[in-house]
Amino acid sequence: MPTITYTQPNGTQQTLEVAEGTTLMRAAVSNGVDGIVGECGGQAMCATCHVYVRPEYAQALPEISDDEDEMLDCAAAERTDRSRLACQIKIDAELTEIVVDIPAGQL
Amino acid sequence: MNVVIIGGGQAGLQIADSLRTEGFEGKIEVIAEESGLPYQRPPLSKDYLAPGKEPAPLPLRGASFFVDKNITLHEGVQALAIDRAQRKVKLTEGSLEYDHLVFATGARNRTLTCTGASLPGIHGLKTLADAEALHAALPTARNIVIVGAGFIGLEFAAAARAHGCNVTVLEFAPLPMGRALTSVMGEWFAAAHRSQGVDLRLGEGIGRFEPGADGRVGAAVSTTGASYPADLVLVGIGVQSNDTLASEAGLEISNGIVVDETLRTADPAVLAIGDCASFPSAHAHARLRLESVQNATDQARHAARTILGAESPYTELPWFWSTQGPYRLQMAGLARPDDDTLVLGDRAGAKFSVLCFREGVLAAVESVNMAADHMAARKLLAAGTAITRVQAETEGFTLKAAVNTPATPVSA
Repeated sequence: MPTITYTQPNGTQQTLEVAEGTTLMRAAVSNGVDGIVGECGGQAMCATCHVYVRPEYAQALPEISDDEDEMLDCAAAERTDRSRLACQIKIDAELTEIVVDIPAGQL
Repeated sequence: MNVVIIGGGQAGLQIADSLRTEGFEGKIEVIAEESGLPYQRPPLSKDYLAPGKEPAPLPLRGASFFVDKNITLHEGVQALAIDRAQRKVKLTEGSLEYDHLVFATGARNRTLTCTGASLPGIHGLKTLADAEALHAALPTARNIVIVGAGFIGLEFAAAARAHGCNVTVLEFAPLPMGRALTSVMGEWFAAAHRSQGVDLRLGEGIGRFEPGADGRVGAAVSTTGASYPADLVLVGIGVQSNDTLASEAGLEISNGIVVDETLRTADPAVLAIGDCASFPSAHAHARLRLESVQNATDQARHAARTILGAESPYTELPWFWSTQGPYRLQMAGLARPDDDTLVLGDRAGAKFSVLCFREGVLAAVESVNMAADHMAARKLLAAGTAITRVQAETEGFTLKAAVNTPATPVSA
């Protein structure tokens, strides 16, 4: 099964086995991963599911839409070139394994 | 200490979560009327109804949350009565004692009372069960009539068009979403939905429904006498707060459960938050009841601090969103019909914002497909930065640039 590994700011890691079609936000919220809020329900409207994707997984990601791009600019934690919204990243045939770092705050 | 929360929606779960985050160690019990894990409502009128999907509800919190945070969820349980003298909530089975009681009871759909309003095929949209019924009905629906051009009605109109249905929207008012939007934005959305093939009938309300040969709804007859064929009807005419229980407990009700600026009712042991609460708004300078995720979660965070002894007033900036087909509408602040407006951006290209000025100063911003403007507006309005119309009309002005420009805060 595909896996998602979430790394907390203190370094602790949690790896989830997930079904294809789920997003990084849905998997985190459904499994009680701290630090991913997803307040708008995955509409890219709240920027509270900001994650930093480890560079080795960057090329398997979907492109950033204008909406995601503009919302990321306003996320609570600093935006870097690894920043994405977890609600916009879906686990699929292209992306069966990913490791992300969770920022210190989302609000 | 013991907190009982009535309501398993966004507000109810957020305050449970925030109490723990803020260090509360007592008992937390959440009473949720619906069975199953509490879920996110916003996607129900959007992604959930998209064609070709087998959608799953998005939980507000996973099952492990309740275990990890030591929060008891009473699902499928109803609160029947409150005894404020004994600090007791009577449930469908048994009762719970509280030191603090939180009403997070939300709102319920208004319903029509006209002839034929209870015919099969006439739906509302609020709960997961409602969304499941619509998801099942949409693939075979042909002619859809929507009563009410509010957010729910128009989000559903976009979903129904995506399924290839003929869509007629009946709206009594002269503009869509008239309670929430400026007329500039309302007019733009009227034209936008018409360009997507929606037959939007403004100034035309519902008169009655007529059954078809199969006994299900067959037609909607409007207030002008015009008849529209309908095999599926969605009624989206707003909501009313769930405040009966509070009212029966002797709490003051005025379009919602009346609370002060700390979100407490007149009984200091009882609070109300989210869709069900009528609170004094620092932004409207009036008592308000708001229906939004932001209002639910921000009030929940605030009320958690009130329970733990804080006395500060709730002052968060209201913001809202709606996704209607290709149009992402985001609103920051509370626009008023008489606001002075200025449009920035590309209206024809569906990427623009309407800036609303009151007494010459920016008071609210409505954006279509302009997340950057929306987020900047939230920052500016929350900080109380005075953006004047003259400033906004300057060549090259953007809200985003204004965030980074030092400015003088206005005193409220």
